[in-house]
Amino acid sequence: MFLSAVPQPSVEPRSRMSRQSQQQHRTPIRHIDNTVEVKSKFEAEYRRFGLKRNGFGGFQEFYHLLQNIHHIHGVEVLLEYADIHGDLLPINNDENFHKAVSSANPVLRIIITKKEGDSIVYTTNSLQRRRKGLGLTGLRPAASSSIHSKNKSGLMIGPPQDFRQISSIIDVDILPESYRRVRLHKYGSKKPLGFYIRDGVSVRVTPQGVEKVPGVFISRLVRGGLAESTGLLAVNDEILEVNGIDLAGKSLDQVTDMMVANSHNLIVTVKPANQRNNIAPRGSKNSMGHSGSVGSGGSIGSALSHDSPSPASQSNPITASSSIAEGDSYEEDDDGDVILENDCLSPNKYFPITNSSTLNRDSPHKGQHSTIPQSVSMPNSLGASLSHSSTMMSHHNGGSAHSVSSSQESMKEDGNVITL
Amino acid sequence: TMKRFRRHGTESQRDRLKQELFQFTKTVEHGFPHQPSALGYSSSLQLMAIGTRSGAIKLYGAPGVEFMGLHDENAAVTQVFFMPHQVELVTLLDDNSLHMWTLQSHKGLSELLEIGRFLLTGPPGYTDISVTRVTAVLTHSSGELLLLGTEGGHVFIVEVPGFRELEEMNISLDQITSCVPDDYIGRRNLEHVEALQENPVNSNQVAIGYGRGLMVIWDLDHRCAIRHIPATQQLESMWWTEDGSCILSSHNDGSYCCWTLRTGDEREEEEKSNVPYGHFPCKAINKIVQLPTAGGPPFLLFSGGMPRASYGDRHCITVIYSKTQVAFDFTSRIIDFFVTRDGPQHTVFGEPSALVVLVEEELVVIDLQTEGWPVIQTPYLVPLHSSAITCSHHVSAIPLKLWERIIAAGVVQNTQYSKKPWPITGGQNLAPDPPQRDLLLTGHEDGTVRFWDASGVCLYPLYKLSTAAVFSADADLNDNMSQGAEGEWPPFRKVGCFDPYSDDPRLGIQKIHLCKYSGYLTVAGTAGQILMLELNDEAAEQTVEAKIVDLLQGQEGFRWKGHTQLDVREEPVLFPPGFQPFTVVQCQPPAVVTALSLHSEWKLVAFGTSHGFGVYDYLQKNNVLVKCTLNPSDQLAMEGPLSRVKSIKKSLRQSFRRIRRSRVSLRKHHISNTNKIQEANARLEAEQAEMEMAPVQRKIEARSSDDSFTGLVRTLYFADTFLSDSSHNTPSLWAGTNGGTVFAYILYIPPVEHRADEALTAQPAKEIQLMHRAPVVGIVVLDGHGAPLPEPLETAHDLARSPDLLGSHHVLVISEEQFKVFTLPKLSSKMKLKLTAVDGSRVRRVGVAWFGSSRTEDYGESGLVFLTNQGDVHVLSLPHIKMQIRYPCIRREDVSGIASCVFTKQGQGFYLMSPSEFERFSLSTRYLVEPRCLVEAPLP
Repeated sequence: MFLSAVPQPSVEPRSRMSRQSQQQHRTPIRHIDNTVEVKSKFEAEYRRFGLKRNGFGGFQEFYHLLQNIHHIHGVEVLLEYADIHGDLLPINNDENFHKAVSSANPVLRIIITKKEGDSIVYTTNSLQRRRKGLGLTGLRPAASSSIHSKNKSGLMIGPPQDFRQISSIIDVDILPESYRRVRLHKYGSKKPLGFYIRDGVSVRVTPQGVEKVPGVFISRLVRGGLAESTGLLAVNDEILEVNGIDLAGKSLDQVTDMMVANSHNLIVTVKPANQRNNIAPRGSKNSMGHSGSVGSGGSIGSALSHDSPSPASQSNPITASSSIAEGDSYEEDDDGDVILENDCLSPNKYFPITNSSTLNRDSPHKGQHSTIPQSVSMPNSLGASLSHSSTMMSHHNGGSAHSVSSSQESMKEDGNVITL
Repeated sequence: TMKRFRRHGTESQRDRLKQELFQFTKTVEHGFPHQPSALGYSSSLQLMAIGTRSGAIKLYGAPGVEFMGLHDENAAVTQVFFMPHQVELVTLLDDNSLHMWTLQSHKGLSELLEIGRFLLTGPPGYTDISVTRVTAVLTHSSGELLLLGTEGGHVFIVEVPGFRELEEMNISLDQITSCVPDDYIGRRNLEHVEALQENPVNSNQVAIGYGRGLMVIWDLDHRCAIRHIPATQQLESMWWTEDGSCILSSHNDGSYCCWTLRTGDEREEEEKSNVPYGHFPCKAINKIVQLPTAGGPPFLLFSGGMPRASYGDRHCITVIYSKTQVAFDFTSRIIDFFVTRDGPQHTVFGEPSALVVLVEEELVVIDLQTEGWPVIQTPYLVPLHSSAITCSHHVSAIPLKLWERIIAAGVVQNTQYSKKPWPITGGQNLAPDPPQRDLLLTGHEDGTVRFWDASGVCLYPLYKLSTAAVFSADADLNDNMSQGAEGEWPPFRKVGCFDPYSDDPRLGIQKIHLCKYSGYLTVAGTAGQILMLELNDEAAEQTVEAKIVDLLQGQEGFRWKGHTQLDVREEPVLFPPGFQPFTVVQCQPPAVVTALSLHSEWKLVAFGTSHGFGVYDYLQKNNVLVKCTLNPSDQLAMEGPLSRVKSIKKSLRQSFRRIRRSRVSLRKHHISNTNKIQEANARLEAEQAEMEMAPVQRKIEARSSDDSFTGLVRTLYFADTFLSDSSHNTPSLWAGTNGGTVFAYILYIPPVEHRADEALTAQPAKEIQLMHRAPVVGIVVLDGHGAPLPEPLETAHDLARSPDLLGSHHVLVISEEQFKVFTLPKLSSKMKLKLTAVDGSRVRRVGVAWFGSSRTEDYGESGLVFLTNQGDVHVLSLPHIKMQIRYPCIRREDVSGIASCVFTKQGQGFYLMSPSEFERFSLSTRYLVEPRCLVEAPLP
């Protein structure tokens, strides 16, 4: 049992100059090697402490430690952490606790929430989505929380908890029965998308009669890939749309490029080759959109849910014509470009490679995954004006205690906080 | 509603502005037509017509006078004939259709228009297709008749321009055979009509030559045969001499005969059959021409006739005049030839002046009036592909001084050409003088860089730079290998410049960057070589300094399996006037250079390969920066991909080279070598067919950092901008990789007075990893006004407004999939435009251009021009990156065409529509270079 922690009050960031000078005296290896910096938050309170990387115990110990630090003994809480992609993921057993600690990069950010009846779905960019929609205090909109608290005692209906969502069937209520719109959440998942497509001939029924037209089909699913593991896609399914854009008239190479370009958040509308497992749209739109129940035939061992219909799909049924605006409204935030500042880069002009390879060695992943994100850009709609984007940025900075830490900040905190 | 209305108003205003700024036009085709298949010439119009296998028809006259037409049918043009003394011409396609074209005047300019088409049906009763398959065409001097000889042996007569069949005038095979002399080899089948000729002095008489050899002189008025010429060898061609006294026939066995026609004498006299390259069996003489001269013996010209065994693979035209005989030896197959005449009004009876030969890969014109029969340099139809084009670079608005120096360097190289003016002079070029001097530089597989005058309609060669002299080649190639030795028979003389066989593929040029202000040029090649060259008006003997740059930076565990680096000559080399190399940087590993940028003001050159990039100071001759971008797990990048991909091509090239050597040393073996090529070709075709059989499948997978060639450097860019803080601009270098990474370095450059001795440094400043990881293909810094930064030295020469250094700069990062604008120096994402995610197309080529309004002289704006893998060109507005226009430009299957595209600074572009032709297009309403010419009908 090597857990040790010293809670510290939150420290105001110092000026940039002092951070830079400090950083030059520091080797970046040390803090990665020995201790993990933890920043935990419960409601509006923050705590910072160090955690010995090679000596930590299990989930239960960590849970009690946090209860101690936040003085919330006896309060049942949920633990979540933010992974490097900005996804909010649960900590509820030894395994995902270890995963959380090992992926701290370099700060492990913990969010503690009171256990309530409402369900949380872990999905791509859930951190930002939640922040945007609900603020950071963990408060839920009154209406939804009251509904859920009423249901608290009863049987929980909804997507299973404590799972990371990897796929979903969406827009069931607006699509024809024979079509299926599937969202694959590649980002943050180590699994390959894992499927192949091919050219083929599709038979369409038109007012003039039956017509053969070229189409694109799934030709192969890779074993253990994301596509196969969802159970929602199968060989010989015809692909009709990619992220809301109709594929009519597009070549196989174009479709390939579109799918790869959207691979972090791929939404494909397919006409399943096997039409027996279709989900029949039942009831009214509204009840369907929020009920979260799954049609009987659709579940094949994976976490399924219905997202509420996206605006684009509502305005565009299956015949959607492609346009930039529609394409963009479908997308999730993908401005996850990693920007490295000069102070992260080696000042030594003669051996720039030496330094970055050192960083690589310390990290579990190769290449650019290992680099420390200095800032993760916020979503920006296409052609957003400068003023708009700057307000976005300032909002981002305003919540900087919670945003992905800059490397400078983390190093400073490292120096101040860790006690061994 | 008010708001909506207003927005609508501004949008339509913008739409109107777009119309004033942008329009898409394909303006002119430069270079040599791909796969020419027919040649025609009008001595009265002084125009030449070339038909191609893809159904195009191109007319050329005086430089700048050119017309292009395309048959709707996707069929090869097999024959082209001008109607005598008219502006009409007739084409025959290999689908047996005949087409009538005319040059119509419209608003003072001529246009080539198709005015009629015709398919010979023959009179009722002819059912066999071969009966009406046209094999020979005669455009009658009356201008009203077409005589069509067919495979069935009939001659059909058609009235033009209406294509009305004159059945009563047809000359059927039966009419001919009924009066063939009994002694003509048992009156066997006469076969098809091979040739038709009109008597130059009596238009009522036509000679019909049959494949079997028989020639018949037919009287059109009396509709009867006048004479039979009983040649017994397979007929190849016929020529009626100008005085009408003789008919020359050429034959399949390499012989020709001259048949004298004596008036009043029923018996024609055969001079003895002549086999010019005799003794051993010879190949056919495909065409024979004899032309009189005023005071001397006639010129005799014929193609083919070479001894089958030893020179059967040569493509020769023999010219005999008096005691002089030369066999002009071409490097590709002869399509056809004609001889121009001069004299008053270019009458048909003028002196022969030039031999114009269309071979498969070029047009060669030989001056027949100057001693030694030198070649006349062609002002158009120049074979761009004399060695395969590997890259191109366009430089607009060349300063006059540099222009003159380049021309002067080129003149020294072209002393072997004839001084005679270009002999084809038809039409008037009415195009205004080009507004500026533009250069197009093409890099070639053999290590040469060719400089072309791209200012106007004719892409004219100015100067050729060869980089091979810097390196010691494995085996010195003797270019005169096939040059005829003294007393050699046949008396060969090699002509033409098409020579696609590169002896060392490592010499191939991959990137070019010319600074038009300083005259510095940098070129980079296949084996990681980067040459710095300076323009020198004098020849100079100098040693080229070599500098090896290790791009791996000590990364271990890799073994380069590609080609070795080139050996730089250590001894001084004599360089002719022109661009002379003074330094060569050699990347290690010697992988192909994939990005190159020159900054002549800072005297720096940046270069990149699949392993990393570097910056070289060519003043101090020192390396300033080396950065390895290689992913340690990327084995493929280490192995040298070129060695694998090119292996088939290489083996083919080697077999070709073997054949070429065998011409000299192993004459007896070359037939088996030709078989080898055939085998190799068959094998290639089989492989191709096999690939097509396999079901096409595409993997859908997100890009990862472990993909191959993520470290390949795609673009390099120098900029003076705000990289460290927003108040001090500094020199910087930007590099973009295949894996979606952008590296930015701050460059410290000493003040001018210490520039030569103080050290330069490069500090890493920023790094962007694009989340979508698509290859970065372009980087542009936009100044405070949103305008792209000017070129190096552009402001120093007062040719551009100084960039706005007060407002905030932005950097536009162009990946294959999207466009993204970041603020500087913070690099926060400001806006983006997605391309691939929305329509599945990817950026292939990109450039910045300036578009002037067609309505008002003083309005213009910068735009980002790009070409996608779907072959569409787009213009994006700057700095707002909004789509302006989109036009389909190139077929998406034409991968090499798309890869070859270059944009000019004025919104024009060039791409290779075939290995030998550039298509020129314009996106600008203001800058258009297109033919404007007039051809007037000759006076009767």
